[in-house]
Formats: sequence, structure tokens, C-alpha cells
Amino acid sequence: MKPVEVNSLRKSYGNLKAVDGISFTVNEGEVFGLLGPNGAGKTTTIEILEGLRKKDEGTAKVLGFDPWQKGYELHRKIGVIPQDFTFFEKQTPREGIKYYADLFNVKIDPDEILKEVLLEDSAKNLFENLSGGQKQKMGLALSLVNSPDLLFLDEPTTGLDPNARRAIWEVIRGLKAKGKTIILTTHYLDEAQQLSDRVAIMDHGRIVAMGTSDEIIEKHGSGERLQIHGSEKLADYIRANTELKVEYSNGVISIPLKQKIDALAALAAAEQSKMDWGEIQTRRDSLDDVFVRLVSGTMDEHGEITGKSVHDKSSNQRRQ
Amino acid sequence: MEKLPEKAFMINPVIKGGSKLVSTKRIAADFKVFSRGYLRNKFGLFFGLIFPIILILIFGAIFSGSSSGTITVYAQNKDTGPFPTPQMDIATQFLNALNSSGTIRVVTVAASENFSQYLADHSASEGIVIPENFSANYLTAQQVDVTVYGNPTSSTSGIVTGTVSGVANYFNLQRFNGSMVIGLTQTTVNTQQTKYVDFLIPGLIGFSILVSPMFSLVNISSEYKKTKLFKQLSLTPLTKMEWLASKVLFYIVLSVVSFLLMVAVGVFAFGAHVTLTLWLIPFLILGPMLFAALGMLVGTVTKNPETAGVIGNIVTFPMMFLSGTFFPISIMPEYLQGIAHVLPLYYIIEGLNAVMVYANYAQALIDIAVVTAITIVIFAAAVKLFKWRED
Ligand SMILES: Nc1ncnc2c1ncn2[C@@H]1O[C@H](COP(=O)(O)OP(=O)(O)OP(=O)(O)O)[C@@H](O)[C@H]1O
Ligand SMILES: [Mg+2]
Repeated sequence: MKPVEVNSLRKSYGNLKAVDGISFTVNEGEVFGLLGPNGAGKTTTIEILEGLRKKDEGTAKVLGFDPWQKGYELHRKIGVIPQDFTFFEKQTPREGIKYYADLFNVKIDPDEILKEVLLEDSAKNLFENLSGGQKQKMGLALSLVNSPDLLFLDEPTTGLDPNARRAIWEVIRGLKAKGKTIILTTHYLDEAQQLSDRVAIMDHGRIVAMGTSDEIIEKHGSGERLQIHGSEKLADYIRANTELKVEYSNGVISIPLKQKIDALAALAAAEQSKMDWGEIQTRRDSLDDVFVRLVSGTMDEHGEITGKSVHDKSSNQRRQ
Repeated sequence: MEKLPEKAFMINPVIKGGSKLVSTKRIAADFKVFSRGYLRNKFGLFFGLIFPIILILIFGAIFSGSSSGTITVYAQNKDTGPFPTPQMDIATQFLNALNSSGTIRVVTVAASENFSQYLADHSASEGIVIPENFSANYLTAQQVDVTVYGNPTSSTSGIVTGTVSGVANYFNLQRFNGSMVIGLTQTTVNTQQTKYVDFLIPGLIGFSILVSPMFSLVNISSEYKKTKLFKQLSLTPLTKMEWLASKVLFYIVLSVVSFLLMVAVGVFAFGAHVTLTLWLIPFLILGPMLFAALGMLVGTVTKNPETAGVIGNIVTFPMMFLSGTFFPISIMPEYLQGIAHVLPLYYIIEGLNAVMVYANYAQALIDIAVVTAITIVIFAAAVKLFKWRED
């Protein structure tokens, strides 16, 4: 049994398909990143898995439980940071942790958890006086009180300064090292790449790509390409004198490389042309490039991403 | 199909599943956090405890001032004549003389009223009845008695009796050289001598039983819904019944503290008479429970905190003024009294008055029954409609 198993999950709000038939599994001890633009359906998915919202169709099993029907049992075993975490304004982080410990009936040392999430300095400040990052850290602290094996972290680092983000990353890495399973949503691709074993990119309620970052880049990226800084005339010359596909925009000639040796042919042609050219480099699409291409709805010319019609259909529905 | 378990949970959360039994430890933990938050919030503290005291001081001062100057006395004039000339209407002259004494202010009551009942309804213990043919008897020098109602143990009644006998003597002297034509009979009124502040205390206790839990739960139940705090709590073992229980418990404690403070101020500042008996306990428990549930109901059925606030005020304000909080409802016009009878707070205040002022426990029992019934209905509705999580 995998900690999380989702199959053809659907959830609509009126005409809006917030989650539109997604399937995925999360392995034990894995950090699974859920990426996607605003309104993609990440929070809806996560809250269905937490047993906070009811699904319309499909199946979801979390630690073997149906999250909605067995929410009360499930909640003892999971830890959650909701998106926009809030707490009682007039309580301090230490008091909050003590409260959760009483509710979960566990004996823990609040200071230990506070230390773990780097919140010792603000342990005695009222929640209403904490900064955004400190609040997030408190959310993380509360999610750890019941020592869960499975954590759901919905945008744990949104709005944090780079240091605070890195601090939370460290906590997440520490949790992973302890063998915990983590589902993480984020808008930061570097964060997903740094922390996640696998990511799923959601858009309009669907998963448009899933796997390790490398797999996704491999599958949906354009592959390696040679870029030469030069004129459009040079681009035409290379095109005319080689078998290669040559693109040009803004002073950069871009040539997809089916094999490394293609680069040699391209450069030979450039040299032959006697024209001037500048810097040369090869580059691959980053996850950023793939993400932007996958979720923007504009298909690239190479037709590397299938399912354009699906995209258009769902964007129409959203405009209603 | 998926609805069933949730429904079972709503109706009887106590029974479902071994792990879901109500836990006093969790209620205590939530109680601790909530009361700590409350005490740290100066605003809540002010409205919960200080404000009712200020009201007692203000209203008590306003009304005790006027009542110590002149005493209001209800008078029923049964002498309807006929009077051949106005000078022969001795009864009216007698009442006018009483009025100009300066110590009492006569308020006439229609001859058709049952006078004892009228006094009881108006919570008055002093009254005067002028008998039929009073003027004719006086003019023909036949002995006739004015009846003075009063409580022998009360100093106010003593002043009234003294004043009436003084005026009667004056009339006797004027015409008969002092021989006893107009005499006095005394009727003891068994209602205790009550002062405005005696009503004010149960009224304002009712006020604080209403206001604190009501406003607070309207606010937090809509606010927690908006900020998703309820969702967060649903991720802990705390159940919504436990959550509500801890709120009700807190407001019961607050009501008792506020009750003791108000009674102390009433007694020491204004010499109020209040009876403290175990009969008060049902009201101090049911009241906060009722209004906490009502507040939660309002917060639950409304979409956002703004609407909740408005609806909360619409529910609270009429109750605040028409249930006998600041003045006895008997002095209100009939149609307002009709409205008062559908307001739950009315029965709480009526019951508190029955216990604290009149020692009328039969009445208190009826009020307890009514309040219990209303509480059960509101509480059940609130628990049924209140959801931790969304569908
Ligand atoms: N309770 C609701 N009622 C109506 N529509 C909803 C509700 N919850 C979510 N939606 C809609 O469902 C879609 C998905 O929302 P969701 O919160 O899951 O997105 P998200 O991927 O978490 O976005 P973000 O990155 O902004 O947090 C959005 O279009 C949202 O407006
Ligand atoms: Mg979200």
C-alpha cells in the first residue's frame, strides 16, 4: 500500500472543474511536489486528501483510509499546513504547541519543536504579532506535534524571505531524512526541484506532467539546442547549407540538436559563411521553461506537448 | 451514500466510534486556550464584566435619585359622585392634597381595576383606595375609611401612611374640629418593598447572559469559518461538540462571575434586595448555553462575518431592550409586551425576577421549562447546521 493513491479524482464547483480526473500515487518516504498556476486545483486536491473536502468522483486513499469518511482517524496520523495558515490571535507559538499536544494527547517538549522549526526566538510572542514567516513556521511546528508520517504542506514558503525559505527547506529536508512522506505545493520551481523527488504539474484541474524534474524536462522540454549569436542572414545561410532546423529570434540563432554531432555541422556552416558571429552555447530547457510552456496554454511550434484541444476546452470553461 | 456517516456524527457524536468519545481533557485544553485568549483581549473583558457594572451604576443612580425624593403611590378613586358642584368632590380634593404634600406623587388607577393585582403587576407596595360615596359621607359627617396599602416593614410605606393620615387629619380638623370622620384602614401588601434597582439587577444579569456569548459566538463562528480556523481544528482530535462545550462552559463561568459582581454592586451601592438561592443555577447555565448556541447558529447560517454581524444585531437588539433588561416590561405598551413574550431572554429575566425579587418559584419553574425547551431546539439546530469542513 502506498501512502497516497489517487485515481480519476474529480471535484467541480458549478461549471468549474477544480479537479478534473487526476491520478497519481506517492511513495513512502518521498517528497512529492505539486506545481501549477493559481487556481490549478492544488489546494482542492490536497484538501480532498486531508479529508477536508468531499470529492465528487474517483477514489482517494490516504494511509489506507477514505479521507472523507475516516477523516477523524486519518487526522491523527497526518500533519498539515493549510494554505494561509492562521491561528488564535492571542496565543503564542509555545501555547499553540501545548494546545495541540493536549488535543492529540501526546507528551512532547514544545521547545524541541520550536527549535526544530527555528522559532525559539518568537516562542513567547502572540500569534497576531508574528511576521508572515514566523506564522508559517508555527504552522509547520503544529503539523509536527503528532509526529505524523505523512505531511501535507500547502505553499509552506509563500511570502517568505529567502533566508526563511531556506530555513523551511532545511526543516523539510530533515523530515525527509527521517523517512517522512511529504506532499508539497509551491509556486517556486527551484523549491520543487530542490526538495521534491517527483513533481506533478497541474493546470486547469489536470496533471499535465509528472515525474522527476529530469524526466519532465526530457519529455516535455525541447532537448539540447545550440545557440549562436548572429544575424538573420547567417541563420538563413545555415539553414540552406545543412539539414538542420534553424530558428531565429532577436539576434539568436537556435538549432535543436538531435545528436551532438549536429553542432559541428552547424558551426562548420557558420564558419563557411564568412559572416560574423558571437557567443555560442548549448542549453537545455529548465523546469521553468517547461512549466511556462506547459501551463501557459500556448503550444510550442514543435508540437511536443499534446492535448492542446483539451487545454482550450478547459480554458473556455473557466471563462464562463 | 457518503452522507450517512457524517449525519450520524451530527446527531450523536458521542456514540460514534470508540475514539470519538467526548474527552474532558480536550474540552479542558480548549477551555484553557479560549479563556486565556479572552482574558488577553481587553475589549471582551470590558464588555463581559465591566460594562454591565457600569450600566448598573448609571441606571441605578438615575432612578434611585428620583425615587428617594417623592414616593410614587397608586391611588384608586372609587368615589364617582354624583357631585352637584365640583366643590363637593371631596375625594379629588383629598388626592390633590396628598399630591401637594411633596412627599408622595399620586398616580390614579381606573376604578375598574383589581387594585391588589394592579399593585402586584406594577411591583408596587404602596397604594391608596378612596371608597365609594367618600365625598357624600364626608359632607354628611359619617365615618368613612381610606384604605392604605403598604408593607409594614418598609420605611416607604411608613411615609405613605403618615402622609395620608396627616392629610386626613387636616380634612377632619378643617370641618369637624378634629373628630374622626375620615379614618384609615391598613392593608398589608405581601409583595416586598421593591426598588427599581431590584429589577435592574436581574435585568442586567439577563443582559450580560445574552450579550457576551451571543456576540462572541456570532463573531468567532463566522470569523473562524472565513479564516479556515475551523478546518484547522478539524484536523485535530477535537470534535465540534467538544469545541462548543468548552465555549458554553466558558460563558457559564463568565456569567456566574458577572452575576456575582453585579449583585455585589447592586447590594453595596444601592441597597438592593436580592434573594440568592439554588434556583438561580438553571438560569445561569441555560442562559449562556442558549445564547452561545444562538450565536453559533447565526454565524453558521450566514455567508460572511459582515452578514453575520448584521443578523446578529437584528436578533440581539430587540431582545436587549424588550425583555425587561433595563425596565420592567409591565410599563411597556401592550403590543411591545406581546413581542417580549416571543423573546427567549424574556423568560430568563422573568425567571430571574421570580427567583430574586418575588420568591415566586412556581413562576420560576415555568420559566425554566420554557427556557429549557428553547435551548434544546436552538442547540440542536446549531449543532446540526454547524460544519467543521465543507462538502
Ligand atoms: N469552495 C469553492 N467554491 C467555489 N470554487 C472553488 C472553491 N474552492 C476552490 N474553487 C475554485 O477551484 C479552482 C481551484 O482552486 P484551488 O484553490 O484548488 O487552486 P490552487 O491550485 O490551490 O491555487 P493557488 O495556487 O492560487 O493556491 C479555482 O478556480 C477556485 O476558484
Ligand atoms: Mg492553493
